[in-house]
Amino acid sequence: MIEGLIGGLFNGISIGAVLLIVALGLAIVFGLMGVINLAHGELMMLGAYTTYVVQNGFKAMGESALNFYIFAALPLSFLVAALVGLALERGVIRYLYGRPLETLLATWGVSLILRQFVRSVNWAMIVGLVVLCGLFFGGRWVLQRSQRQVAGWMTAVLLTLSVAIAVAVGLLLNQNAGVAFSRPWFSARNVDVTPPTWLRGGLALGTTLQFPYARLFIIVLTIACLAGVYWFLQRSAWGLRIRAVTQNRSMSACLGIPTEQVDALTFALGSGLAGIAGCAVTLLGSVGPNLGSNYIVDAFMVVVVGGVGKLVGSIVAALVIGIVTYLVGSGTLALLFTSAEGLQPLAAFFTFFATTSMAKVMVFALIITFLQFKPAGMFPQKGRTVEA
Amino acid sequence: MATDTFVRPKKGRQAHQRLLVEVGLVIAIALVLILVIPAVVSGFRLGLLGRFLALAIVALGIDLIWGFTGLLSLGHGIFFALGGYALAMYLQINTLGDGELPEFFSLYGVTELPWFWQPFYSLPFTLLAVFIIPAVVAGVLGYLVFRNRIRGVYFSILTQAALVVFFNFFNGQQELINGTNGLKTDTSTFLGVEVGSSSAQFNFYILTVVFLALAYALCRWLTSGRFGRMLIAIRDDENRMRFSGYDPTGFKVLVFAVSGAIAGIAGALYTVQSGIVSPQYMDIAFSIEMVIWVAVGGRATLVGAILGAVFVNLGRSLLSESFPEIWLFFQGALFLLVVTALPDGVVGWLRYRLSDRFRRWFGRSRSVVTPPLLELDPDVGAEKREAIDKR
Amino acid sequence: MSAKILDIENVTVSFDGFKALNNLNFNMDEGELRVIIGPNGAGKTTFLDVITGKVQPTEGKARFKGKDLSQRPEHEIARLGIGRKFQTPRVYLNLTPRENLELSCNRHKNVIATLFKQLSSAERRTIGGLLETIGLETKADVPAALLSHGEKQWLEIGMLVAQSPDLLLVDEPVAGLTDEETEKTGKLLMSLAESHSIVVIEHDMEFVRQIARQVTVLHQGSVLCEGTMSEVQNDPRVIEVYLGAQEEEV
Repeated sequence: MIEGLIGGLFNGISIGAVLLIVALGLAIVFGLMGVINLAHGELMMLGAYTTYVVQNGFKAMGESALNFYIFAALPLSFLVAALVGLALERGVIRYLYGRPLETLLATWGVSLILRQFVRSVNWAMIVGLVVLCGLFFGGRWVLQRSQRQVAGWMTAVLLTLSVAIAVAVGLLLNQNAGVAFSRPWFSARNVDVTPPTWLRGGLALGTTLQFPYARLFIIVLTIACLAGVYWFLQRSAWGLRIRAVTQNRSMSACLGIPTEQVDALTFALGSGLAGIAGCAVTLLGSVGPNLGSNYIVDAFMVVVVGGVGKLVGSIVAALVIGIVTYLVGSGTLALLFTSAEGLQPLAAFFTFFATTSMAKVMVFALIITFLQFKPAGMFPQKGRTVEA
Repeated sequence: MATDTFVRPKKGRQAHQRLLVEVGLVIAIALVLILVIPAVVSGFRLGLLGRFLALAIVALGIDLIWGFTGLLSLGHGIFFALGGYALAMYLQINTLGDGELPEFFSLYGVTELPWFWQPFYSLPFTLLAVFIIPAVVAGVLGYLVFRNRIRGVYFSILTQAALVVFFNFFNGQQELINGTNGLKTDTSTFLGVEVGSSSAQFNFYILTVVFLALAYALCRWLTSGRFGRMLIAIRDDENRMRFSGYDPTGFKVLVFAVSGAIAGIAGALYTVQSGIVSPQYMDIAFSIEMVIWVAVGGRATLVGAILGAVFVNLGRSLLSESFPEIWLFFQGALFLLVVTALPDGVVGWLRYRLSDRFRRWFGRSRSVVTPPLLELDPDVGAEKREAIDKR
Repeated sequence: MSAKILDIENVTVSFDGFKALNNLNFNMDEGELRVIIGPNGAGKTTFLDVITGKVQPTEGKARFKGKDLSQRPEHEIARLGIGRKFQTPRVYLNLTPRENLELSCNRHKNVIATLFKQLSSAERRTIGGLLETIGLETKADVPAALLSHGEKQWLEIGMLVAQSPDLLLVDEPVAGLTDEETEKTGKLLMSLAESHSIVVIEHDMEFVRQIARQVTVLHQGSVLCEGTMSEVQNDPRVIEVYLGAQEEEV
């Protein structure tokens, strides 16, 4: 009984830890900036693919090196996702601050593009992209030097021209430059990342309990990320600036805080955390273009239930949702009631919900009920800035 | 020039005349769709068009709730699928002889028809269920959310979560509703005719056109009168309404329910024309895509919603026939383009930019100035900031 | 004396321990025009929030014509006959002034009536008259987003009147107006006061002098003193917390 309880708790916490590490970046981007980033899942997916690439790199170096690929993969995933996030912020999001619904639609568009990108990326496409960026930014630079003000239509024409040329170059390469250019980097099917040997198996406690090392690793990683984010926001100079801009943008600008850089940094940080989350979930399953969409809705639920803008809220919400999901989904609750006399209807009720997908149904019903009493989440923020 | 474009049409006779012209136009377009198009388009293309028109009906529902009322629902797939399932269940059990069960039940060892299938033996019940069930689901969900003044993005996120829940439910219940595989309708018979046959398909096409016209009329009526101004007021400043003595919750619940009902009808029409209803209709991506049709056409313009739905889907089928990989890139770019460069959509853009003649052509419905962005309004923003500072 | 239209009894509002209103007692008679002044953060707007139901008092009671206002949602309080104009004008920007007024004028505020009832001709006439009063006849059919700040202020006052409440709560009606507009607003309020009870919150001392009969001074969430303008002006406590410092600036 006790063992079952501890086992259940552990599994719940480990689900919660995955949720939390995914939700952490979202909580920052949504809570501090008011941006709904639906591409968060795809940033995760990029992190996961980075891990896959890094592992393949380490494979070439031999078996002994392979065991430590994850320590290289973590920072690299962070970096890749953060850079993509940075580009996203500079390219799109910064025009949309204060309009959360618009950010939602725009980031969804980005997520579609990213999903298709990993499916069909090959060298021809990369060359095309480079050409596009070169032409567009080069052209804009030239325009800015020659014109006092660059009109909207000029940018539009420039963009259309660059896209046309880049697509043409890409297509030409794709068809004529041989397999090296036209072969997709990743297969359309899911790829697998093999965890290092020291993360296989688990820590045995007692007779039946086993804590898989991979899960333990994720819990530790989550705690480390939390500590890192907490330290960064509360103790570092940039963290102070981020908090200042969140609370009063114009005042911060008057005090000489570079608000644009702060925005970019905050978004990059949130995106980078998505990359780490992506790296972490490779330990649990295979990697595919749709990896992110499995997590994104749950992660948003964590943020909403916890209370937007409060990291503590996200932590508690993730753990509670994780534990409830596990207890319902694994049938532990149903078992509990089956053993008791007179509670058979209740047991039947919980048995009905004792699958992973049905557990989600139940958890959502609970969340809606919860929001009836606490519409602003567990830890409501006073003077909320995100209000559409 | 700037002001006279906004002056409202003269009251009385002239407004009456305009209404007549509009009714005439709608009927004329419907007749063209029913009589002329089938003569010039192949059966396959006509089937596609019928499906797109069904999607245009959903788009009208989305426009009502998002374009006019400012509530972005990412869960309209629920209502769409519910309407489809209602009709598909009727078709499944009414094609069989007495005492027979739909085939899939035997796969999961179900020997008795589950209780909630029973009422679908009745055609009147089914026809009501097609729009009443989605309306009730939307109404309840809306009430629970709006009652607590959950608004804006929170509403969007919750509707999306609801969508995931319904998807999981329908996807996971193999023995109740055939789970992932969905329910097929093309081999069933409806009023003695096989649903998949070309004559039935043609009738469904006509029915779709008729319902599209009806849905347009309903939305037009809702958005033009005093109720429509209430919707715009909700979009502009919901909280202000409370101080004028209105309770926005009721209005929002009603509008969400109507929007859900419209989506339900669309779902049923789409289902019989595509031959299947499955949990895929509740895919997250599909529901967000509905939003983009409205955005491309122009939110808060009903014509825009219809045109957007038809043309985006047309583009999709053309593009994905020849280059399937490109469609997602294209769609993603469409999202970005609409949000950043074309916030009023194509019709909205035409309405404001083109000459008077064009405006009269497209702008029969009342013009609404740029979408509501409370946050961008410096005055409201100032008040909010002050409220925050006070704490 | 006639019955008390508004009676606030020992009301305290605290936000996380900070007391925006502290044991506030206030009442006014039917038909009175009362001006409330007080330095920033004195709790003037919170005071209105409590009356209109936007904020629930932590302690104490607010009564309107003897009816307890706590636990009632905003729209019910509005239907009881309390109208509010916000500090910064809040009108529906995508509706025209005429439509703004129609919305407020509407007697039947439930969903069904809004769907099926037409505006009565009497209401139409009232609106026409109001448009004239607030000087927006020529712009009656232009979206309110295109109005100037002053016009929006006036439109909101018009909406308030269209609601025909018994008690008008007017928060800083002349903020951001020109001198001429300010004077006109004063006259409008004075004429409204003949048939309504009005609470005005204001910073502009010139304006207060123009309209005030009775003045209440709020300070740190409670009433500091009450009286006519000259009494208040000569009260040493008021001079200390507010007028003295403020007068030099003005």
